[in-house]
Amino acid sequence: MPISGVNDFVIRFANVNGSGSASANQLFARSIIRMGVPVSPRNIFPSNIQGLPTWYEVRVNGEGHLGARGGTDMLVAMNPQTWKQDVAGIEPGGYLFYDSSRPVPKSEFRDDITVIGMPLTEICNARYKEPRLRQLFKNIIYVGALAALLDIDLKEAEGLIAAQFKGKEKLVTPNVEALRAGFEYAKAHFQCPLGIRVARSDAVGDAVFIEGNDAAALGAVYGGASVCAWYPITPSTSLAESFMAYCKRLRTDKATGKNNYAIVQAEDELASIGMVIGAAWNGARAFTTTSGPGISLMQEFLGLAYFSEIPAVIFNVQRGGPSTGIPTRTQQSDLLACAFASHGDTKHVMLIPEDPHEAFEFGALSFDLADRLQTPVFVMLDLDIGANHRLCKPFRWDETRRLDRGKVLDFAALESGRQFGRYLDVDGDGIAYRTYPGTHPTRGAYFNRGTTKDSFAKYSEEGPDYIENMERLMRKFDTAKTLVPAAVIENSPRKTPLGVIFYGSTSPAMHEAAGQLADDGVHLNLMRVRGFPFGREIADFIDAHERVFIVEQNRDAQLRTLILVELGADPARLSPILHYDGNPITARFIRAAIGAAVRSPARGGKVKVTS
Amino acid sequence: MSYLAKPKFHHPALEANSLGFTHRDYEGSISTLCAGCGHDSISAAIIHACYELAIPPHRVAKLSGIGCSSKTPTYFLGQSHGFNTVHGRMPSVLTGANLANRELIYLGVSGDGDSASIGFGQFAHAIRRGVNMVYIVENNGVYGLTKGQFSATADKGSKSKKGVVNSDSPIDMVAIAIQLGATYVARSFSGDKAQLVPLIKAAFEHQGAAFIDCISPCVAFNNHEGSTKSFDHVRAHNAALNELDFMTARAPITADYEPGRSEIIKLHDGTSIRLRKLDARHDVTDRGAALAAIHEHQGKGEIVTGLLYVEEDPQDMHMGLGTIDKPLNQLGEADLCPGSAVLERINAALR
Repeated sequence: MPISGVNDFVIRFANVNGSGSASANQLFARSIIRMGVPVSPRNIFPSNIQGLPTWYEVRVNGEGHLGARGGTDMLVAMNPQTWKQDVAGIEPGGYLFYDSSRPVPKSEFRDDITVIGMPLTEICNARYKEPRLRQLFKNIIYVGALAALLDIDLKEAEGLIAAQFKGKEKLVTPNVEALRAGFEYAKAHFQCPLGIRVARSDAVGDAVFIEGNDAAALGAVYGGASVCAWYPITPSTSLAESFMAYCKRLRTDKATGKNNYAIVQAEDELASIGMVIGAAWNGARAFTTTSGPGISLMQEFLGLAYFSEIPAVIFNVQRGGPSTGIPTRTQQSDLLACAFASHGDTKHVMLIPEDPHEAFEFGALSFDLADRLQTPVFVMLDLDIGANHRLCKPFRWDETRRLDRGKVLDFAALESGRQFGRYLDVDGDGIAYRTYPGTHPTRGAYFNRGTTKDSFAKYSEEGPDYIENMERLMRKFDTAKTLVPAAVIENSPRKTPLGVIFYGSTSPAMHEAAGQLADDGVHLNLMRVRGFPFGREIADFIDAHERVFIVEQNRDAQLRTLILVELGADPARLSPILHYDGNPITARFIRAAIGAAVRSPARGGKVKVTS
Repeated sequence: MSYLAKPKFHHPALEANSLGFTHRDYEGSISTLCAGCGHDSISAAIIHACYELAIPPHRVAKLSGIGCSSKTPTYFLGQSHGFNTVHGRMPSVLTGANLANRELIYLGVSGDGDSASIGFGQFAHAIRRGVNMVYIVENNGVYGLTKGQFSATADKGSKSKKGVVNSDSPIDMVAIAIQLGATYVARSFSGDKAQLVPLIKAAFEHQGAAFIDCISPCVAFNNHEGSTKSFDHVRAHNAALNELDFMTARAPITADYEPGRSEIIKLHDGTSIRLRKLDARHDVTDRGAALAAIHEHQGKGEIVTGLLYVEEDPQDMHMGLGTIDKPLNQLGEADLCPGSAVLERINAALR
């Protein structure tokens, strides 16, 4: 039986990278959004620019579940290299759309799927002379054909093309013509629509559609960042590039045409964090953007920033593992590396957004927290949020909001004769006052160094001075607990002894799984952790449940470790649910894993479920 | 280790500069380096240069890496903010500080281990970015704090105190700096204050990446026979190309020189340097000639000193970046935050 469903299917595009498929595939996804139907697209790409396989998966879900679902209902097979594995991955009853210009032996197909062959190459060769145009318009033509097959309103796609080429009207007509050619061909040759289709809805509302990296960069603009030093690394590069684009647009001084910002592509990650530290020491809001290996390189500097108490914002778009392997896949595996980055006794503040909306919010907030706490702050994105477009709540900015520059003594404060001790805890919150270089001719200067100092920044190697400083840093960390965003708790309508803790990009899959598990009779209270250090509510949540699952996208249960270490929680009550094959976690996986764990009496141990 | 503050009293007749500061106002804590260390002479030269230029001490930001040389910023300019960074990474921190506030004067102090070994990359990139700074390497060819290992500037064939002969080629910091695009490059010797002070003064006035390689013998680990960085060796092999007089509008230098023996270099801010040429052939505005002079003297076993190269109209990092004149750290909300109306428009474009 062919799969049928309205506004509920997964379509996968198998392409060759560098073929121009990305914009066509995005046109497809956006057209559905314009019909008021939520979609969540995901790029699955190798570390390569041209010629290798790349996939684009679009989940269409009228109920707004935006997590990866797993499985493919319809395959758009545009890459012969991956044909075998792609076709094998189609769900029974699914659909295969392929380029039938060259005959494909019958043995290459399956009996349990619907096959739709369209001679795309032939059509393109007849329509266009230039090889590049043949390739580019082939993509647009298949989007047109899919519109017919899936009942997508062609007007929406045409509107998007018009908006995309605004100012370059010459390009609109050939694109619209290609789109219509595909549409007409499909209408004439296939039974349209298929069992799976799109129906206009109103489930998108005022949501915006944006990549997390882009949103985080916008957050940095609103948060007042004026210095960005960075080194290219997948998947964080687009964050710096977005910041550049936004600054060019929003931060060019109107009178002079000069820049109210400075962006430097550093020679490596050591230099990028060094520049951030120098700029932040000197009173500018500064950040870097990187991924796991970059964090490793920054370790020594992060220790210096921690001990000498310099605000620095680090966006970490997490990926899988080191240099080669799965750097273009997603994971949440840098939690411990960031929480305890560097040598000596260090602990760092982390903010963990669930989607682009929070990436913007936390992107802006991170600068206030860094300045207030005078310490590095990590914004922990991951590839799934950072490098994919996601529907999310629109961004908001409160006009009355002011940048919190923290405790800084200016010229007037120093002139008033106020006592200045760079590391003196005047207010009891562990946060001392600082001065920017060049503020006052005779007051407020100090020598910034690591740990060898007393409260007045005088050189000291004395044990009591060291301990006093280290204990003040702990008081400061306690203050941080009251400033990082609190965990979000959603209780089940039914009373239950079971809780789940999760964070970041796991959010949509977790919410979907919780609904499915409730249908299975497993009721869960949910808590989404949004920052580190942990607030009181996290210990309370664990105390209120007999058993708590901690769902993570890493092998070593890193958040669980952090909870055990920081809160002294009972390990037997915290069951890890771990997904770490590089693909985004799915509701299917969580449902199966938690379902199996609930049925099993063993506690605290690992639950093995394959996705 | 410098926990001893210097007593503040001084002779009542001590002369004040145009800001009303005496020499003492440019000092720092008491040095804890070994007695006779060349680095202390460089600190004294920095103090002297700042006093003579009447630089407000608080407008200087002094940064260093790790090592004996990097300890010295504690010993001068006590009213300046200082930053003792991590080993070999002063250049990036200084670059960032300069990004945040282009109006301060940046003085980076480093050593040969700090800049030629662990920090070679950062040294190179700060120079090629044209960061407006004075970058002084206090070069003794040896690791002092860890007791006498060779550094990357140690000459091939030179002997360590323990008798080990260095078999690796040395890194010549001035040649590298010239190649990387530094717009002011000099070499001097901590034992030659008359040459060093004007070189530092002119470097402060230079609005670009100014680099000074200052040979500074290590009395504890590299001042023996067989060392090419000892006081005796440097004195015997010093080939000075020129001597400088730094001239401000207020204090013109009127001394007469032999024709063809002097040259005036105009600086960006209207001040100028008068060079007394000791080697009449050397043209300090010719990058290629500077490199040739370095190699020629090196071939003869000599250490070439003086102003080697200067670009009269240097580019600095901010010109390339197009940053506004106002320091970025002084921008307020209105300059930085685009506001809610703009955000609504951005939202609309994302639907």
